[in-house]
Amino acid sequence: MSAPASTSRQSGAADRRPSLSHRLAERGIDRTLWLMAPGLLFIIVLFVYPFTYGLNLSLHPQEGGTFAAYKAFFTDPSMRGWESLWITLKLSLPAALINVIVSIPLAYKMRGNFRGKRTLTTLLVVPITLGTVLTAEGLLNFFGPRGWFNRFLDLFGIGPLQLVQNYWGVLWSLIISGFPFAFLLIMSYLSGIDPTLESAAKTLGADWKQRFRRVTLPLLAPGLATTFCLTFVLAFSVFPSAILVGDPSGSTRVIAYVAYNAWGQKFDYPLASASAIIMGIAEMIVIAVVLMLRSTMYKGSTGGKG
Amino acid sequence: MSATIERPAPTTEQPAPRRRITATPGTYFTWAGMAIFLILLFGVVFSVLVNSFASKWFNSWLPAGYTAKWYGEAWKQYDLSQVVMTTLIVAIAVVVIAVLLGVPASYVLARKNFPGKRVVLLLFLLPIMMPPITYGIPLATLLTYYHLAPGLTGVILANLVPSVPFVVMTMTPFIEQINPSIESAARMCGASMGRLFMRILAPLLIPGILASAVLVLVRTVGMFELTFLTSDSSSNTLVVALFTAMTGAGIRAQQSVDAMAVIYMLSMLVLLVIALRFVNPTQLVARVDESGD
Repeated sequence: MSAPASTSRQSGAADRRPSLSHRLAERGIDRTLWLMAPGLLFIIVLFVYPFTYGLNLSLHPQEGGTFAAYKAFFTDPSMRGWESLWITLKLSLPAALINVIVSIPLAYKMRGNFRGKRTLTTLLVVPITLGTVLTAEGLLNFFGPRGWFNRFLDLFGIGPLQLVQNYWGVLWSLIISGFPFAFLLIMSYLSGIDPTLESAAKTLGADWKQRFRRVTLPLLAPGLATTFCLTFVLAFSVFPSAILVGDPSGSTRVIAYVAYNAWGQKFDYPLASASAIIMGIAEMIVIAVVLMLRSTMYKGSTGGKG
Repeated sequence: MSATIERPAPTTEQPAPRRRITATPGTYFTWAGMAIFLILLFGVVFSVLVNSFASKWFNSWLPAGYTAKWYGEAWKQYDLSQVVMTTLIVAIAVVVIAVLLGVPASYVLARKNFPGKRVVLLLFLLPIMMPPITYGIPLATLLTYYHLAPGLTGVILANLVPSVPFVVMTMTPFIEQINPSIESAARMCGASMGRLFMRILAPLLIPGILASAVLVLVRTVGMFELTFLTSDSSSNTLVVALFTAMTGAGIRAQQSVDAMAVIYMLSMLVLLVIALRFVNPTQLVARVDESGD
């Protein structure tokens, strides 16, 4: 193809309609999109590819049919898959719910300016720095049979309570580690709600209960759903604390522990991948349910100032 | 919307009007609940702190004596110089790479509308929404297959998986806050994309980049699962070293583990204080100007 011929053809096309790059740019595709390429490539190589690899692996177990690894997870008596799933939900749902519910009145009181607000916020956020091990050590020391808490109860003649190395220890540790996140998120959602809306309701004679139920809560509900999802994700992946302050072979045998055991102790990679994928699916189902409930709620602007 | 990025709330707050002392029962209930929570939390933290200084502590309210020797012992026994070094290398590598990959991507997501944007957003959201174990196990299997794990490379790669999306998610609102007409003006004056980034966007984005960098740093130092799955004894970070010290077999002094936990807490606390200087936590979700109140 000779050069002059091609130029004339191109200019002929340009007469009829804009060039291809121009038309693509109108739909939002231009060279700027290349900026996204490194990040996207990274996610595909290190997240999507391993995930499909794991999925494929889980469907090709060492022995048995395609779904043998999944079947083994639910039926193998040494796996106790159903039980671990149930235990994980029994820990993570209450933990997320408690964190969200407790945060609402606190965040509500923390609105507006008052003395010591910054200090109080910092105090409530400090648990982020503790880490699972310090929390675990602290819970063992503090709530242990000879710890300060049981000593204190002993002063009133209440017998020592078993609060660690079981379900309660892990729940405590989930609340301590999840609370700062729930609190911060809810506080930011609350501060995004225009206070004049409440003032207006007040002018119309609504008492605080009505104002909360009819004005603030509906505006806050989507934020609560998001916060619940995020704290639930944190609590659902509970793993180190279930071992440290729990009873990993019994009442706190969480699904992450089961998956890790199959991977790191049994070296059964198909079974481990299957457990991991079941874990992901179970979590996604809970989130999907919460988000579906959320879609039935108010979706407009929260009247924020920002 | 103003062209400048909102800074964290100004430190010179106006003297707040004093609240009335009288309060409803609900208020008392809330404050009492918070007080109990804080007391329990304080007890949990303080018992570790006391134990890390205790010479002997058996069946009594307070230890029999105090000593600081556990800190030195923990440092030697668990080879903390190396562990701290690894933690630093991993954290800095993850922060730098995550920012370099994440910021350009968040620019595109904040500014442009293109077919398939929802799919891209979902891809960036999934690693944050999934439990680390879920993708960590296939990832660790694959990294081991390619001989990248267990080891430092594997630890850095695995920790990058949630960090890059995290940078994208925290940076997008920061970029949305910059008035696009500034960019248009620069383009009208003939600035190329590279110059636009270096001369216009980068200076305006510095606060946002610092904020997300510090947050990624805090997350990476605290990330247990992914490091645990991809590290060996020579590439442990502080969290994993703590966990193995606490679960490992053998007779060891509880106090030295406590001392190590205190070291970990203090370093995290420093990081958090730095993070709070750069970013007002309440502005992460809804950007609200609190100075007007």
